Amino acid sequence: MSLTRQDVAKVGMLARLALTEADLERMTGELSKIVNFVSQLSELDTAAVEPLAHPLESRNVFREDVPAPSLSTEQALANAPRQDGSCFLVPAVLGESGAA
Amino acid sequence: MQPLALSAVDLVAAVQQGELSAVACAEAFFDRIAAVDGRINAFLAVNREAAVAQAAAIDARRKAGKPLGPLAGLPVAVKDALCTADLPTTCASKMLEGFRPPYDADVVARLRRADAVIVGKTNMDEFAMGGSNENSAFGAVHNPWDLTRAPGGSSGGSAACVAADMAPVAIGSDTGGSIRQPAGLCGITGFKPTYGRISRRGLVAFASSLDQIGPMARSAADCALLMETIAGHDPGDATSLAEPVPTYTSLLNEPLQGLRIGRVAEHFGAGLDPEVAAGVEAAFETLKAAGATIHDVELPHAKYGIPTYYLIAPCEASSNLARYDGAHYGHRAEPGKGHRAETGKGYRAETGRGGGGAGEYVGGFDSPLVEMYCRSRAEGFGPEVKRRVMLGTYALSAGYYDAFYAKALRVRRLIQRDYLEAFTKVDLIAGPVSPTPAFKLGEKTGDPLAMYLVDMYTVGTNLAGIGGISFPCGFTAGGLPIGFQLQGPALAESLLLRAAHGYQQLTDWHTRRPALPA
Amino acid sequence: MTAHANSAAEPYTIVIGLEVHVQLQTKTKLFCGCSTTFGSPPNTQVCPTCLGLPGSLPVMNRQAFDLALRAALALDCQIARFTKWDRKNYFYPDLPKGYQISQYDLPFSHSGQLEVVDPKGAFSRRVRITRVHLEEDAGKSMHDEAAGTADTRIDLNRAGTPLCEIVSEPDLRSPQEARAWLNELKLLLVYLGVSDCNMQEGSLRVDANVNLHIPRGDGTVAKTPIVEIKNMNSFRSVERALIYEAARQFEEWQATGAELGSAPKQTRGWDDPAGVTRGQRAKEESSDYRYFPEPDLVPVTVSEEQLAAVRGEMGEPPTVLRQALADRWTITPYDADVLVNQGRDLVAYFEELATLAKDGKVASNWMQQDVLRTLNERGGTIGEFPVRPAAVADILGRIALGDFDTSRGREIFAAVLESGKTVADVVASLGIAAVDDAELESLCRELIAANPKIVADVQGGKEQAAAGLIGQAKKKNPNVNPGKVRAMCLTLIKQLG
Repeated sequence: MSLTRQDVAKVGMLARLALTEADLERMTGELSKIVNFVSQLSELDTAAVEPLAHPLESRNVFREDVPAPSLSTEQALANAPRQDGSCFLVPAVLGESGAA
Repeated sequence: MQPLALSAVDLVAAVQQGELSAVACAEAFFDRIAAVDGRINAFLAVNREAAVAQAAAIDARRKAGKPLGPLAGLPVAVKDALCTADLPTTCASKMLEGFRPPYDADVVARLRRADAVIVGKTNMDEFAMGGSNENSAFGAVHNPWDLTRAPGGSSGGSAACVAADMAPVAIGSDTGGSIRQPAGLCGITGFKPTYGRISRRGLVAFASSLDQIGPMARSAADCALLMETIAGHDPGDATSLAEPVPTYTSLLNEPLQGLRIGRVAEHFGAGLDPEVAAGVEAAFETLKAAGATIHDVELPHAKYGIPTYYLIAPCEASSNLARYDGAHYGHRAEPGKGHRAETGKGYRAETGRGGGGAGEYVGGFDSPLVEMYCRSRAEGFGPEVKRRVMLGTYALSAGYYDAFYAKALRVRRLIQRDYLEAFTKVDLIAGPVSPTPAFKLGEKTGDPLAMYLVDMYTVGTNLAGIGGISFPCGFTAGGLPIGFQLQGPALAESLLLRAAHGYQQLTDWHTRRPALPA
Repeated sequence: MTAHANSAAEPYTIVIGLEVHVQLQTKTKLFCGCSTTFGSPPNTQVCPTCLGLPGSLPVMNRQAFDLALRAALALDCQIARFTKWDRKNYFYPDLPKGYQISQYDLPFSHSGQLEVVDPKGAFSRRVRITRVHLEEDAGKSMHDEAAGTADTRIDLNRAGTPLCEIVSEPDLRSPQEARAWLNELKLLLVYLGVSDCNMQEGSLRVDANVNLHIPRGDGTVAKTPIVEIKNMNSFRSVERALIYEAARQFEEWQATGAELGSAPKQTRGWDDPAGVTRGQRAKEESSDYRYFPEPDLVPVTVSEEQLAAVRGEMGEPPTVLRQALADRWTITPYDADVLVNQGRDLVAYFEELATLAKDGKVASNWMQQDVLRTLNERGGTIGEFPVRPAAVADILGRIALGDFDTSRGREIFAAVLESGKTVADVVASLGIAAVDDAELESLCRELIAANPKIVADVQGGKEQAAAGLIGQAKKKNPNVNPGKVRAMCLTLIKQLG
């Protein structure tokens, strides 16, 4: 099992990681090797095995709907690379659709 | 009184009884840090002024006859993966250089409430990804036993600072062995408790279903002391266990008579260094002499631990690290030259220039925002983090999820079943921590896969969500520590600490210190 | 089911499915204790968790889950006994963690339905609900278009607010039905206290999936590619956007013949002022959300007892209430519909009035002709309406006793509304005293004596001629009851005869 440069470039965009030609070259080789290694799991017949996403068996952990203090705006923005005192500033997001 | 020579248990007793001032204690460790850390690089931030002030306040309270916390005056080094409101929290990443969290991790808050003194933040592999501490953006940590060797990782700074007497105890985190492996390579005791035993709130997430905080110290007894403070339910972590916390220190001295210890054949196969094997076998004999019985057990899927771990952990990491995108905090790339090109309605950037003159970025960016994301992450993350983010993104992406991520979850179940089955026959499972003693810095950096294999005996614990402890069981001819590992069923913390303590009562490996003159 | 009148005229069927997001009425966010109050200054309701700071963790708000359960039960959904949350991974600056905590393969509920019946009988449609799930909202991006390339400002106050996503099957067959169904859904959710469904404040948002089924001459059906319409900020916009989009798709199909499956699903934004939908740029990788189970939360199991408790707190949903009102007070389904559509408080007002007046029909008439009309003119809520049910019942009681007639009653209603006085005070101040029988008899004798022609007509069998006497009686004394005048005059004329 190996990855192509196109695969790696596509994953780079999904992961929002800019890659240089050299990165692409190196990662294609490294990731192919790792993917090949982890592919040994396919030796195992797991058709009848339930996935285990989490080691805990806890269920139903809730908090009550009770307000807790928020941070001040100043604290919230303290680590922001760019901000205007009330909002985080990011490069224009024109023409892209948001969440939900 | 020489604070550097005292155990944590004795230090706290001395401070509480007024035999040693908290200030003198703190100063002694800060002096040691100043003297030796230039050679070790265990600390990313040192908190001398604030820590001494806090120590002075503790002394004043003692003089005023006010009660002191259970860790009064105990210097604690904290891995830089835990949030501290008064110190930067960087995870040894350029991405978080200078980042100051507005809150303390639950563990840090508990330590402060117990009157422990936070001495500083320790070096680590970037975002806890690595087994040698060479993946730090702020330089590798050097193993105090041999400065040309790696201390292990990812909690390499925490392990090295305890080994070099720069702190009596440290906090680490363990996702696939990151406490136990460096503890083993540095000759100290490292404890990874059951998943959920210690709150993860404020621990910068690497792989949320595997991450667990734990103590690193010179002895199991000191780990037990720390556990009584840092373990316990946190309503702010939905995965924290609501089980009561035993007084671990009071249970340490129960005899090991009748303890059934499993020896896993799979942990003595190919790749195991003969000196390590010999040291581990000798430890079995010691445990036997203490009254334990040794039984062969099987973990038939152990060999799938590494591939399983290197799918699940990167998948979770690819998501956990998505927040580092330059938008709200952390490193943001400056817009590159030639990126303002607009064609038609959409933004169509020219290719950018890679960080550090690495060459042109491939392709283009759809918008200034996407460009900011991609360049910030390219500049902020180191190679191993990028590799795992890429691997995880790939393994979760459409068309690959079932073959990789979902497959790994099924094998995870098989690995957990192996442990459950084994624990029907034995109380604890024992074996080596790592296949080799500390390796040379640079020895494995060119081969990611070789580096991944250093976790081969430790990842199973995390995949199964159980506890494990590692401690020294001998030295190689070259003077490097050999680590021994015990793994126990869920919530068997007392038993693990007791067994390690019992062993340490019969041996003195854990008391040996590297020759590291000030 | 009846086809909608409009669609019969068009050579195609419109097929519509809706995806609705409603904010749940909790005090705090889904995963942290920050307030959900709307309209606070930017970034004042944020904490490490909803800012997505390193090391922060979510813990589920119990009330949000209970409200979501309530919504799903009211939508007749199957409730999953075991449910979990998943991460939906994508990069956007209003999503500070880089993923949204949502539900993917095991939503807490599925397979429900909500029927909408047009009270005038134009249509009736049972719309299947695919699923209802609980997820977190994103923050807000604000961009000053006029400023051109300036930065976008991000406010994370809304980030982490609990949202219910309600997805319908493509069962709606006209824009009018879609609008009516949304009204019914909103009414239901407001009734149950699940959400305030305020579209202006963004607490209800709708996306629509639409395509056309066009019968061909040969008996086969052409299906146009499905388009998702976004950015509709009122139910009226939804209706208009769907009307526009149906026409646009038909035109496009006629021009290109493009059918479902020939291209990936397209997203179009509704431009309300222009009255058109516009294509939005597709991002090829954006649909690869790499969902996987959220490791920071534990799954939730729901027991029968818990469901029973939520059901118990729910109260009657609108459909049940409509039927109940019609049955309890023998009013028409149409009247019940009008009352119920005004909300739970108005229904309570009506029921109090009907109980006091012991007459649902009359109470319903007064609600619609007087209370609602006045309320609409004045504005405000029924809770603030100055004439309380007891006062209206007092007026109705006096009418029933014959103290005065309905039109006089309306004058009193208006006077009570204006003055804030009690009904008794208003009656007294208007000089409206009940006319006693002796007074009535002498008035009637006077009129009979003065109107021999009318008397003769009545004696000749034309009883309706007595109406002339009633008019004259009201002129002489406005307080007389017309029915009583008529009866008295007829009796007296018979005695003459």
